[in-house]
Amino acid sequence: MATVTFVEARRRLEAKARPMRDKRMAAADAASLVRDGDHVAIGGCLYSRTPMLLLREVLRHRRRDLVLSRNLMCYEGELFLVSGASRDLVTSWVGIGLPWGLSRIVREFVEGGRARLEEWSHLAIGLRYHAGAMGVPFLPTLSMLGSDLLRTTGARTMTCPFTGEQLCLVPALFPDVALIHVHRADPFGNAQIDGYPHMDLDIAAAAQTVVLSAEEIVDPEQIRRTADRTAIPFFAVDAVVEAPYGAYPHECYGLYEADLDHIDAYARRVAAEGAAAVRAYLDEYVYGPATLEAFLELFGAGRLLRQSRSARELTGRWT
Amino acid sequence: MDVSYTASELLAVSASRLLADGKIVFAGVGTPLLAASLARLTHAPHLTIVVEGGAIGLEAEPGRLPISTNEMRAGRRAVMLPSITQIFLYAQRGYFDYGFLGGAQIDPYGNINTSVIGPAERPRVRLPGSGGACDIACHCREIVIVTRHERRRFVERLDFVTSPGQVGAGDGRRRAGLLFGRVTAVVTDLALMDFDPATGRMRVVALQPGADLAQVREQTGFELAAAAEPDRLPAPSEQELALVRALDPARTFLG
Repeated sequence: MATVTFVEARRRLEAKARPMRDKRMAAADAASLVRDGDHVAIGGCLYSRTPMLLLREVLRHRRRDLVLSRNLMCYEGELFLVSGASRDLVTSWVGIGLPWGLSRIVREFVEGGRARLEEWSHLAIGLRYHAGAMGVPFLPTLSMLGSDLLRTTGARTMTCPFTGEQLCLVPALFPDVALIHVHRADPFGNAQIDGYPHMDLDIAAAAQTVVLSAEEIVDPEQIRRTADRTAIPFFAVDAVVEAPYGAYPHECYGLYEADLDHIDAYARRVAAEGAAAVRAYLDEYVYGPATLEAFLELFGAGRLLRQSRSARELTGRWT
Repeated sequence: MDVSYTASELLAVSASRLLADGKIVFAGVGTPLLAASLARLTHAPHLTIVVEGGAIGLEAEPGRLPISTNEMRAGRRAVMLPSITQIFLYAQRGYFDYGFLGGAQIDPYGNINTSVIGPAERPRVRLPGSGGACDIACHCREIVIVTRHERRRFVERLDFVTSPGQVGAGDGRRRAGLLFGRVTAVVTDLALMDFDPATGRMRVVALQPGADLAQVREQTGFELAAAAEPDRLPAPSEQELALVRALDPARTFLG
Protein backbone atom coordinates (compact mmCIF):
# COMPACT_ATOMS: atom_id res chain seq x y z
CA MET A 1 0.00 0.00 0.00
CA ALA A 2 1.46 3.35 -1.03
CA THR A 3 1.70 5.76 1.86
CA VAL A 4 1.66 9.52 1.51
CA THR A 5 4.70 11.23 3.05
CA PHE A 6 4.33 14.46 4.99
CA VAL A 7 6.06 16.30 2.16
CA GLU A 8 3.63 14.99 -0.47
CA ALA A 9 0.69 15.66 1.84
CA ARG A 10 1.76 19.27 2.22
CA ARG A 11 2.28 19.70 -1.54
CA ARG A 12 -1.13 18.18 -2.29
CA LEU A 13 -2.75 20.53 0.18
CA GLU A 14 -0.98 23.59 -1.20
CA ALA A 15 -2.11 22.72 -4.73
CA LYS A 16 -5.77 23.21 -3.78
CA ALA A 17 -7.65 26.51 -3.72
CA ARG A 18 -9.48 26.98 -0.42
CA PRO A 19 -11.81 29.97 -0.64
CA MET A 20 -14.72 30.46 1.75
CA ARG A 21 -17.34 29.32 -0.74
CA ASP A 22 -20.64 27.50 -0.52
CA LYS A 23 -19.80 23.80 -0.36
CA ARG A 24 -23.28 22.37 0.11
CA MET A 25 -24.02 19.39 -2.07
CA ALA A 26 -26.16 16.27 -2.29
CA ALA A 27 -24.90 13.21 -0.41
CA ALA A 28 -24.41 11.29 -3.68
CA ASP A 29 -22.23 14.05 -5.13
CA ALA A 30 -20.20 14.36 -1.95
CA ALA A 31 -19.61 10.61 -1.90
CA SER A 32 -18.24 10.77 -5.43
CA LEU A 33 -15.22 12.58 -3.97
CA VAL A 34 -14.18 9.13 -2.72
CA ARG A 35 -12.24 7.30 -5.47
CA ASP A 36 -11.31 3.66 -5.89
CA GLY A 37 -8.22 2.83 -3.85
CA ASP A 38 -8.58 5.79 -1.49
CA HIS A 39 -7.72 5.68 2.18
CA VAL A 40 -10.93 6.76 3.89
CA ALA A 41 -10.83 7.84 7.54
CA ILE A 42 -14.17 7.49 9.30
CA GLY A 43 -15.16 9.99 11.97
CA GLY A 44 -16.86 9.39 15.30
CA CYS A 45 -16.11 6.28 17.30
CA LEU A 46 -17.72 2.83 17.17
CA TYR A 47 -21.49 3.53 17.13
CA SER A 48 -21.16 7.20 18.01
CA ARG A 49 -21.45 9.97 15.43
CA THR A 50 -20.57 7.60 12.60
CA PRO A 51 -21.16 9.31 9.22
CA MET A 52 -23.64 6.59 8.28
CA LEU A 53 -25.37 8.48 5.45
CA LEU A 54 -22.02 9.22 3.79
CA LEU A 55 -20.85 5.63 4.23
CA ARG A 56 -24.06 4.32 2.68
CA GLU A 57 -23.55 6.66 -0.28
CA VAL A 58 -19.96 5.46 -0.77
CA LEU A 59 -21.26 1.87 -0.76
CA ARG A 60 -23.95 2.83 -3.30
CA HIS A 61 -21.17 4.15 -5.58
CA ARG A 62 -19.71 0.60 -5.53
CA ARG A 63 -16.18 1.77 -4.88
CA ARG A 64 -13.37 -0.81 -4.78
CA ASP A 65 -10.05 -1.27 -2.96
CA LEU A 66 -10.74 1.30 -0.27
CA VAL A 67 -8.59 1.31 2.84
CA LEU A 68 -10.76 2.17 5.85
CA SER A 69 -9.29 3.57 9.04
CA ARG A 70 -11.06 4.27 12.28
CA ASN A 71 -10.23 4.40 15.99
CA LEU A 72 -12.75 1.63 16.82
CA MET A 73 -14.45 -0.07 13.87
CA CYS A 74 -18.10 -0.97 14.26
CA TYR A 75 -20.17 -3.06 11.81
CA GLU A 76 -19.67 -0.54 8.99
CA GLY A 77 -16.42 -2.46 8.45
CA GLU A 78 -18.51 -5.59 7.80
CA LEU A 79 -20.63 -3.78 5.21
CA PHE A 80 -17.51 -2.69 3.31
CA LEU A 81 -15.90 -6.14 3.46
CA VAL A 82 -18.97 -8.06 2.29
CA SER A 83 -19.86 -5.54 -0.43
CA GLY A 84 -16.35 -5.88 -1.83
CA ALA A 85 -15.57 -2.18 -1.34
CA SER A 86 -12.64 -2.82 1.00
CA ARG A 87 -10.25 -5.55 2.04
CA ASP A 88 -8.12 -3.36 4.28
CA LEU A 89 -9.09 -2.18 7.74
CA VAL A 90 -6.81 -0.05 9.93
CA THR A 91 -8.07 0.20 13.51
CA SER A 92 -7.38 -0.60 17.14
CA TRP A 93 -10.49 -2.72 17.75
CA VAL A 94 -13.28 -4.23 15.75
CA GLY A 95 -16.72 -5.31 16.91
CA ILE A 96 -19.98 -3.77 18.08
CA GLY A 97 -19.60 -4.13 21.82
CA LEU A 98 -19.11 -6.56 24.67
CA PRO A 99 -22.58 -8.19 24.57
CA TRP A 100 -22.23 -9.11 20.89
CA GLY A 101 -18.84 -10.86 21.04
CA LEU A 102 -16.45 -11.26 18.12
CA SER A 103 -17.39 -10.13 14.62
CA ARG A 104 -18.14 -13.27 12.61
CA ILE A 105 -17.58 -11.41 9.34
CA VAL A 106 -14.20 -9.94 10.30
CA ARG A 107 -13.16 -13.35 11.61
CA GLU A 108 -14.15 -15.10 8.36
CA PHE A 109 -12.46 -12.53 6.13
CA VAL A 110 -9.24 -12.17 8.13
CA GLU A 111 -8.84 -15.82 9.10
CA GLY A 112 -9.62 -16.81 5.52
CA GLY A 113 -6.94 -14.46 4.18
CA ARG A 114 -9.52 -12.38 2.28
CA ALA A 115 -8.95 -9.19 4.26
CA ARG A 116 -6.20 -7.52 6.21
CA LEU A 117 -6.75 -6.01 9.62
CA GLU A 118 -3.93 -3.67 10.62
CA GLU A 119 -4.15 -3.27 14.38
CA TRP A 120 -2.60 -0.36 16.29
CA SER A 121 -3.21 0.68 19.87
CA HIS A 122 -5.99 3.24 20.29
CA LEU A 123 -3.55 6.03 21.19
CA ALA A 124 -1.24 5.02 18.34
CA ILE A 125 -4.10 5.53 15.83
CA GLY A 126 -4.86 8.87 17.47
CA LEU A 127 -1.24 9.99 17.31
CA ARG A 128 -0.98 8.89 13.68
CA TYR A 129 -3.90 11.18 12.77
CA HIS A 130 -2.49 13.88 15.07
CA ALA A 131 0.93 13.74 13.39
CA GLY A 132 -0.88 14.11 10.07
CA ALA A 133 -2.84 17.06 11.43
CA MET A 134 0.45 18.60 12.62
CA GLY A 135 2.12 18.12 9.23
CA VAL A 136 5.03 16.14 10.70
CA PRO A 137 6.18 12.62 9.73
CA PHE A 138 5.79 10.88 13.11
CA LEU A 139 5.16 11.28 16.82
CA PRO A 140 6.85 9.61 19.79
CA THR A 141 5.00 7.74 22.52
CA LEU A 142 5.58 5.16 25.25
CA SER A 143 2.51 3.24 24.00
CA MET A 144 3.14 -0.13 22.33
CA LEU A 145 6.59 -0.58 23.93
CA GLY A 146 6.70 -4.15 25.24
CA SER A 147 3.80 -5.09 22.93
CA ASP A 148 3.95 -7.28 19.83
CA LEU A 149 2.07 -4.47 18.06
CA LEU A 150 5.50 -2.89 17.78
CA ARG A 151 6.57 -5.64 15.40
CA THR A 152 3.34 -6.14 13.42
CA THR A 153 2.72 -2.46 12.63
CA GLY A 154 4.86 0.11 10.86
CA ALA A 155 5.93 1.57 14.21
CA ARG A 156 9.63 2.01 14.96
CA THR A 157 11.66 2.58 18.10
CA MET A 158 14.40 5.10 18.72
CA THR A 159 16.60 6.24 21.54
CA CYS A 160 15.60 9.70 22.66
CA PRO A 161 18.40 12.12 21.71
CA PHE A 162 17.74 14.20 24.84
CA THR A 163 17.24 11.61 27.60
CA GLY A 164 18.56 8.34 26.19
CA GLU A 165 15.20 6.63 26.87
CA GLN A 166 13.55 4.28 24.42
CA LEU A 167 10.57 5.62 22.44
CA CYS A 168 8.01 4.17 20.07
CA LEU A 169 7.49 6.24 16.92
CA VAL A 170 4.22 6.08 15.01
CA PRO A 171 4.08 7.31 11.41
CA ALA A 172 1.76 10.14 10.40
CA LEU A 173 -1.43 9.08 8.64
CA PHE A 174 -2.69 11.29 5.82
CA PRO A 175 -6.06 9.90 4.68
CA ASP A 176 -7.17 10.69 1.14
CA VAL A 177 -10.66 11.41 2.42
CA ALA A 178 -12.19 11.97 5.86
CA LEU A 179 -15.94 11.43 6.32
CA ILE A 180 -17.25 13.23 9.40
CA HIS A 181 -20.71 13.80 10.84
CA VAL A 182 -21.18 17.00 12.86
CA HIS A 183 -23.99 18.72 14.72
CA ARG A 184 -23.95 21.92 12.70
CA ALA A 185 -22.00 23.56 9.93
CA ASP A 186 -22.38 26.67 7.83
CA PRO A 187 -22.36 26.35 4.02
CA PHE A 188 -18.60 27.04 3.97
CA GLY A 189 -17.86 24.07 6.23
CA ASN A 190 -17.18 25.81 9.54
CA ALA A 191 -18.36 23.01 11.79
CA GLN A 192 -19.35 22.53 15.40
CA ILE A 193 -19.53 19.28 17.35
CA ASP A 194 -21.38 18.79 20.65
CA GLY A 195 -20.19 16.25 23.19
CA TYR A 196 -17.33 13.92 22.40
CA PRO A 197 -14.96 15.21 19.71
CA HIS A 198 -13.46 11.69 19.33
CA MET A 199 -10.59 12.10 16.81
CA ASP A 200 -12.47 14.21 14.28
CA LEU A 201 -10.51 17.45 14.55
CA ASP A 202 -7.33 15.56 13.70
CA ILE A 203 -8.69 13.47 10.85
CA ALA A 204 -10.19 16.64 9.32
CA ALA A 205 -6.80 18.39 9.40
CA ALA A 206 -4.84 15.31 8.28
CA ALA A 207 -6.99 14.34 5.28
CA GLN A 208 -6.59 15.65 1.75
CA THR A 209 -10.36 15.84 1.18
CA VAL A 210 -12.96 16.31 3.91
CA VAL A 211 -16.66 15.57 3.50
CA LEU A 212 -18.99 16.68 6.29
CA SER A 213 -22.54 15.73 6.92
CA ALA A 214 -24.33 17.98 9.38
CA GLU A 215 -27.50 17.58 11.40
CA GLU A 216 -28.19 21.22 10.64
CA ILE A 217 -26.86 23.80 8.17
CA VAL A 218 -26.70 27.14 9.96
CA ASP A 219 -26.18 30.75 8.98
CA PRO A 220 -22.49 31.80 9.03
CA GLU A 221 -23.52 34.54 11.47
CA GLN A 222 -24.50 31.89 14.00
CA ILE A 223 -21.03 30.36 13.69
CA ARG A 224 -19.41 33.78 14.16
CA ARG A 225 -21.45 34.37 17.34
CA THR A 226 -20.29 31.02 18.74
CA ALA A 227 -16.80 30.76 17.22
CA ASP A 228 -15.41 29.23 20.42
CA ARG A 229 -17.52 26.15 19.65
CA THR A 230 -16.13 25.69 16.13
CA ALA A 231 -14.11 22.47 15.84
CA ILE A 232 -13.34 22.31 12.11
CA PRO A 233 -12.54 25.42 10.02
CA PHE A 234 -13.89 25.93 6.48
CA PHE A 235 -10.43 25.68 4.88
CA ALA A 236 -10.19 21.99 5.83
CA VAL A 237 -13.60 21.17 4.30
CA ASP A 238 -14.56 20.26 0.71
CA ALA A 239 -18.21 19.29 0.95
CA VAL A 240 -21.11 19.90 3.32
CA VAL A 241 -24.17 17.64 3.22
CA GLU A 242 -27.33 18.49 5.16
CA ALA A 243 -28.24 15.32 7.05
CA PRO A 244 -30.67 15.32 9.97
CA TYR A 245 -30.32 11.89 11.60
CA GLY A 246 -27.26 11.45 9.37
CA ALA A 247 -25.53 9.19 11.93
CA TYR A 248 -28.61 7.04 12.55
CA PRO A 249 -28.87 4.16 13.55
CA HIS A 250 -25.73 5.22 15.43
CA GLU A 251 -25.93 7.95 18.06
CA CYS A 252 -25.41 11.69 17.77
CA TYR A 253 -24.57 13.26 21.13
CA GLY A 254 -27.51 15.06 22.71
CA LEU A 255 -29.74 14.49 19.67
CA TYR A 256 -30.46 10.76 19.44
CA GLU A 257 -29.28 7.55 21.05
CA ALA A 258 -28.00 4.61 19.03
CA ASP A 259 -30.79 2.30 17.90
CA LEU A 260 -29.47 -0.70 19.81
CA ASP A 261 -32.56 -2.76 18.91
CA HIS A 262 -31.74 -2.33 15.23
CA ILE A 263 -28.05 -3.04 15.80
CA ASP A 264 -28.88 -6.07 17.94
CA ALA A 265 -31.20 -7.49 15.27
CA TYR A 266 -28.47 -7.02 12.65
CA ALA A 267 -25.85 -8.65 14.89
CA ARG A 268 -28.05 -11.65 15.71
CA ARG A 269 -28.83 -12.24 12.07
CA VAL A 270 -25.17 -11.98 11.06
CA ALA A 271 -24.16 -14.32 13.88
CA ALA A 272 -26.65 -16.86 12.57
CA GLU A 273 -26.35 -16.44 8.81
CA GLY A 274 -22.96 -14.82 8.19
CA ALA A 275 -22.25 -12.88 5.00
CA ALA A 276 -25.69 -13.65 3.54
CA ALA A 277 -27.25 -11.58 6.33
CA VAL A 278 -24.93 -8.68 5.54
CA ARG A 279 -25.87 -8.89 1.86
CA ALA A 280 -29.55 -8.82 2.78
CA TYR A 281 -28.90 -5.82 5.04
CA LEU A 282 -27.06 -4.02 2.24
CA ASP A 283 -30.04 -4.57 -0.08
CA GLU A 284 -32.59 -3.45 2.45
CA TYR A 285 -30.84 -0.52 4.13
CA VAL A 286 -28.06 0.62 1.76
CA TYR A 287 -28.84 -0.07 -1.90
CA GLY A 288 -32.62 0.05 -1.44
CA PRO A 289 -33.45 3.48 -0.01
CA ALA A 290 -32.33 6.12 -2.50
CA THR A 291 -32.52 9.05 -0.10
CA LEU A 292 -31.93 9.77 3.57
CA GLU A 293 -35.69 10.25 3.96
CA ALA A 294 -36.41 6.85 2.45
CA PHE A 295 -33.84 5.29 4.78
CA LEU A 296 -35.37 6.93 7.86
CA GLU A 297 -38.86 5.81 6.80
CA LEU A 298 -37.68 2.23 7.30
CA PHE A 299 -37.55 3.07 11.01
CA GLY A 300 -40.55 5.38 11.33
CA ALA A 301 -40.97 8.72 13.04
CA GLY A 302 -42.01 7.24 16.38
CA ARG A 303 -38.80 5.34 16.71
CA LEU A 304 -36.66 8.34 15.81
CA LEU A 305 -38.54 10.44 18.33
CA ARG A 306 -38.02 7.84 21.05
CA GLN A 307 -34.27 7.84 20.41
CA SER A 308 -34.20 11.63 20.51
CA ARG A 309 -36.14 11.79 23.74
CA SER A 310 -33.75 9.47 25.56
CA ALA A 311 -30.71 11.36 24.25
CA ARG A 312 -32.04 14.66 25.52
CA GLU A 313 -32.87 13.09 28.85
CA LEU A 314 -29.36 11.68 29.18
CA THR A 315 -27.54 14.88 28.34
CA GLY A 316 -29.99 17.24 30.03
CA ARG A 317 -30.74 19.00 26.74
CA TRP A 318 -34.43 19.68 26.57
CA THR A 319 -34.33 22.52 24.03
CA MET B 1 -25.55 -16.03 56.89
CA ASP B 2 -25.53 -17.57 53.43
CA VAL B 3 -25.59 -15.06 50.58
CA SER B 4 -25.35 -16.46 47.07
CA TYR B 5 -23.80 -14.60 44.15
CA THR B 6 -22.48 -15.28 40.66
CA ALA B 7 -18.85 -15.26 39.51
CA SER B 8 -19.33 -11.96 37.68
CA GLU B 9 -20.85 -10.33 40.77
CA LEU B 10 -17.94 -11.61 42.84
CA LEU B 11 -15.45 -10.19 40.32
CA ALA B 12 -17.05 -6.75 40.34
CA VAL B 13 -17.20 -6.64 44.15
CA SER B 14 -13.62 -7.89 44.64
CA ALA B 15 -12.26 -5.45 42.07
CA SER B 16 -14.17 -2.53 43.59
CA ARG B 17 -12.46 -3.10 46.95
CA LEU B 18 -9.03 -2.50 45.40
CA LEU B 19 -9.92 1.09 44.48
CA ALA B 20 -9.04 3.73 47.08
CA ASP B 21 -11.05 6.91 47.62
CA GLY B 22 -9.77 10.08 45.97
CA LYS B 23 -7.97 8.26 43.16
CA ILE B 24 -8.56 8.23 39.41
CA VAL B 25 -9.42 4.99 37.62
CA PHE B 26 -9.28 4.35 33.87
CA ALA B 27 -12.10 1.84 33.36
CA GLY B 28 -13.54 -0.04 30.43
CA VAL B 29 -17.18 -1.04 30.10
CA GLY B 30 -18.43 -4.23 31.72
CA THR B 31 -16.91 -5.49 34.98
CA PRO B 32 -14.41 -2.58 35.32
CA LEU B 33 -17.15 0.06 35.14
CA LEU B 34 -19.38 -1.96 37.47
CA ALA B 35 -16.48 -2.25 39.96
CA ALA B 36 -15.58 1.43 39.76
CA SER B 37 -19.21 2.55 40.04
CA LEU B 38 -19.72 0.22 43.01
CA ALA B 39 -16.61 1.61 44.74
CA ARG B 40 -18.08 5.13 44.40
CA LEU B 41 -21.32 3.92 46.01
CA THR B 42 -19.52 2.27 48.92
CA HIS B 43 -16.07 3.14 50.27
CA ALA B 44 -14.76 5.51 47.58
CA PRO B 45 -17.30 8.28 46.89
CA HIS B 46 -14.52 10.58 45.62
CA LEU B 47 -13.14 8.09 43.09
CA THR B 48 -13.01 9.63 39.60
CA ILE B 49 -13.89 7.38 36.68
CA VAL B 50 -12.33 8.03 33.28
CA VAL B 51 -13.19 6.14 30.06
CA GLU B 52 -11.36 6.01 26.77
CA GLY B 53 -14.21 7.27 24.60
CA GLY B 54 -13.46 10.64 26.15
CA ALA B 55 -15.20 11.20 29.49
CA ILE B 56 -13.74 12.32 32.82
CA GLY B 57 -15.68 12.02 36.06
CA LEU B 58 -18.71 10.22 34.68
CA GLU B 59 -21.54 9.00 36.88
CA ALA B 60 -23.19 6.11 35.06
CA GLU B 61 -26.92 5.84 35.68
CA PRO B 62 -27.97 2.60 37.36
CA GLY B 63 -29.93 0.53 34.84
CA ARG B 64 -28.52 2.58 31.99
CA LEU B 65 -24.87 1.62 31.87
CA PRO B 66 -23.00 2.35 28.65
CA ILE B 67 -22.18 -0.61 26.41
CA SER B 68 -19.36 1.32 24.82
CA THR B 69 -17.12 4.02 26.35
CA ASN B 70 -17.76 6.51 23.55
CA GLU B 71 -21.55 6.74 23.77
CA MET B 72 -23.43 9.48 25.60
CA ARG B 73 -24.41 7.16 28.46
CA ALA B 74 -20.68 7.00 29.31
CA GLY B 75 -20.49 10.77 29.52
CA ARG B 76 -23.36 11.21 31.96
CA ARG B 77 -22.55 13.98 34.44
CA ALA B 78 -18.92 14.05 33.28
CA VAL B 79 -16.79 17.10 34.06
CA MET B 80 -14.98 16.99 30.71
CA LEU B 81 -15.38 15.29 27.33
CA PRO B 82 -11.92 15.48 25.76
CA SER B 83 -10.84 13.80 22.54
CA ILE B 84 -9.85 10.14 22.69
CA THR B 85 -6.23 11.01 21.95
CA GLN B 86 -6.25 13.57 24.77
CA ILE B 87 -7.61 11.05 27.28
CA PHE B 88 -4.72 8.71 26.51
CA LEU B 89 -2.21 11.56 26.65
CA TYR B 90 -3.46 12.34 30.18
CA ALA B 91 -2.73 8.67 30.93
CA GLN B 92 0.75 8.93 29.41
CA ARG B 93 1.37 12.10 31.43
CA GLY B 94 0.72 10.03 34.56
CA TYR B 95 -2.61 11.29 35.89
CA PHE B 96 -4.37 7.95 36.21
CA ASP B 97 -3.83 5.84 39.33
CA TYR B 98 -5.51 2.65 38.18
CA GLY B 99 -6.05 0.93 34.87
CA PHE B 100 -8.48 -1.98 34.62
CA LEU B 101 -7.94 -4.70 32.02
CA GLY B 102 -9.55 -7.99 31.06
CA GLY B 103 -8.16 -10.38 28.50
CA ALA B 104 -8.56 -13.48 26.38
CA GLN B 105 -5.11 -14.84 27.32
CA ILE B 106 -2.86 -13.89 30.24
CA ASP B 107 0.68 -15.13 30.89
CA PRO B 108 2.60 -15.47 34.22
CA TYR B 109 4.03 -11.94 33.79
CA GLY B 110 0.62 -10.33 33.44
CA ASN B 111 0.97 -9.74 29.71
CA ILE B 112 -2.35 -9.92 27.88
CA ASN B 113 -3.43 -11.07 24.43
CA THR B 114 -6.62 -9.69 22.90
CA SER B 115 -5.36 -9.72 19.29
CA VAL B 116 -4.92 -13.13 17.70
CA ILE B 117 -4.78 -16.84 18.44
CA GLY B 118 -2.29 -18.38 16.04
CA PRO B 119 0.13 -16.47 13.79
CA ALA B 120 -0.49 -12.73 13.46
CA GLU B 121 -0.34 -12.80 9.64
CA ARG B 122 -2.96 -15.53 9.31
CA PRO B 123 -4.64 -15.98 12.69
CA ARG B 124 -6.65 -19.02 13.68
CA VAL B 125 -8.90 -16.71 15.70
CA ARG B 126 -9.01 -12.99 15.03
CA LEU B 127 -9.86 -11.36 18.38
CA PRO B 128 -11.18 -7.76 18.61
CA GLY B 129 -7.78 -6.15 19.19
CA SER B 130 -6.22 -3.77 21.65
CA GLY B 131 -8.56 -0.84 21.63
CA GLY B 132 -7.12 1.18 24.49
CA ALA B 133 -5.95 -1.86 26.46
CA CYS B 134 -2.33 -1.63 25.32
CA ASP B 135 -2.28 2.09 26.14
CA ILE B 136 -3.82 1.57 29.58
CA ALA B 137 -1.21 -1.14 30.25
CA CYS B 138 1.63 1.15 29.15
CA HIS B 139 0.59 4.26 31.06
CA CYS B 140 -1.52 3.71 34.17
CA ARG B 141 0.29 3.57 37.49
CA GLU B 142 -1.34 0.46 38.93
CA ILE B 143 -2.75 -1.99 36.42
CA VAL B 144 -5.39 -4.40 37.69
CA ILE B 145 -6.42 -7.41 35.60
CA VAL B 146 -9.96 -8.65 36.20
CA THR B 147 -11.04 -11.91 34.61
CA ARG B 148 -12.68 -15.29 35.06
CA HIS B 149 -10.18 -17.90 36.20
CA GLU B 150 -9.99 -20.47 33.40
CA ARG B 151 -7.13 -22.71 32.35
CA ARG B 152 -7.45 -21.68 28.68
CA ARG B 153 -6.95 -18.03 29.70
CA PHE B 154 -3.98 -18.43 32.04
CA VAL B 155 -1.27 -19.74 29.72
CA GLU B 156 2.53 -19.97 30.00
CA ARG B 157 3.11 -18.36 26.59
CA LEU B 158 0.90 -15.93 24.71
CA ASP B 159 0.39 -16.16 20.97
CA PHE B 160 0.65 -12.38 20.89
CA VAL B 161 1.38 -9.70 23.50
CA THR B 162 -1.22 -6.99 22.98
CA SER B 163 -0.93 -5.27 26.37
CA PRO B 164 2.37 -5.44 28.26
CA GLY B 165 2.34 -6.39 31.93
CA GLN B 166 5.72 -7.04 33.58
CA VAL B 167 6.81 -8.02 30.03
CA GLY B 168 9.34 -10.63 31.29
CA ALA B 169 11.42 -11.74 34.24
CA GLY B 170 13.17 -9.21 36.46
CA ASP B 171 13.01 -5.67 35.10
CA GLY B 172 11.51 -6.78 31.78
CA ARG B 173 9.06 -3.92 31.74
CA ARG B 174 11.81 -1.36 32.27
CA ARG B 175 13.99 -2.98 29.61
CA ALA B 176 11.15 -2.69 27.10
CA GLY B 177 11.23 1.06 27.69
CA LEU B 178 8.17 1.22 29.95
CA LEU B 179 9.43 3.49 32.70
CA PHE B 180 6.19 3.86 34.58
CA GLY B 181 3.39 1.75 36.02
CA ARG B 182 3.21 -1.92 36.83
CA VAL B 183 0.66 -4.70 37.09
CA THR B 184 -0.23 -4.83 40.74
CA ALA B 185 -3.09 -7.31 40.95
CA VAL B 186 -4.99 -10.02 39.12
CA VAL B 187 -8.52 -10.53 40.43
CA THR B 188 -10.42 -13.67 39.47
CA ASP B 189 -13.44 -15.53 40.74
CA LEU B 190 -11.02 -17.94 42.47
CA ALA B 191 -8.20 -15.78 43.82
CA LEU B 192 -6.38 -12.50 44.19
CA MET B 193 -2.85 -12.60 42.79
CA ASP B 194 0.13 -10.29 42.59
CA PHE B 195 3.66 -10.60 41.17
CA ASP B 196 6.81 -11.83 42.89
CA PRO B 197 9.31 -8.95 42.67
CA ALA B 198 12.21 -11.43 42.35
CA THR B 199 10.86 -13.53 39.47
CA GLY B 200 8.25 -11.20 38.04
CA ARG B 201 5.78 -14.10 38.01
CA MET B 202 2.21 -14.23 39.21
CA ARG B 203 1.56 -15.68 42.69
CA VAL B 204 -1.50 -16.25 44.84
CA VAL B 205 -2.07 -13.74 47.62
CA ALA B 206 -5.55 -14.73 48.76
CA LEU B 207 -8.36 -17.10 47.87
CA GLN B 208 -11.96 -16.25 47.12
CA PRO B 209 -14.58 -17.71 49.48
CA GLY B 210 -15.03 -21.40 48.79
CA ALA B 211 -11.99 -21.72 46.50
CA ASP B 212 -8.95 -23.80 47.38
CA LEU B 213 -5.38 -23.67 46.10
CA ALA B 214 -5.62 -26.97 44.23
CA GLN B 215 -8.60 -25.64 42.30
CA VAL B 216 -6.77 -22.40 41.45
CA ARG B 217 -3.76 -24.34 40.17
CA GLU B 218 -5.97 -26.68 38.18
CA GLN B 219 -7.50 -23.67 36.42
CA THR B 220 -4.07 -22.12 35.70
CA GLY B 221 -1.95 -23.24 32.75
CA PHE B 222 1.35 -22.29 34.38
CA GLU B 223 3.16 -22.86 37.64
CA LEU B 224 1.68 -20.61 40.27
CA ALA B 225 3.51 -19.87 43.52
CA ALA B 226 1.51 -19.40 46.72
CA ALA B 227 2.01 -19.01 50.44
CA ALA B 228 1.45 -22.19 52.43
CA GLU B 229 -1.67 -20.64 53.94
CA PRO B 230 -3.01 -17.94 51.58
CA ASP B 231 -5.33 -15.33 53.04
CA ARG B 232 -9.06 -15.62 52.51
CA LEU B 233 -10.99 -12.78 50.82
CA PRO B 234 -14.21 -11.77 52.55
CA ALA B 235 -17.40 -12.68 50.70
CA PRO B 236 -19.42 -9.90 49.05
CA SER B 237 -21.73 -8.21 51.51
CA GLU B 238 -25.48 -8.04 51.00
CA GLN B 239 -25.14 -4.30 50.49
CA GLU B 240 -22.45 -4.68 47.81
CA LEU B 241 -24.50 -7.27 45.98
CA ALA B 242 -27.65 -5.18 46.12
CA LEU B 243 -25.81 -2.16 44.73
CA VAL B 244 -24.04 -3.98 41.92
CA ARG B 245 -27.32 -5.67 40.89
CA ALA B 246 -29.07 -2.31 40.87
CA LEU B 247 -26.39 -0.95 38.56
CA ASP B 248 -27.09 -3.67 35.98
CA PRO B 249 -30.65 -4.92 36.55
CA ALA B 250 -30.94 -6.25 32.99
CA ARG B 251 -27.71 -8.18 33.64
CA THR B 252 -26.13 -7.01 30.40
CA PHE B 253 -22.71 -7.34 32.01
CA LEU B 254 -23.45 -9.46 35.06
CA GLY B 255 -24.60 -12.28 32.78
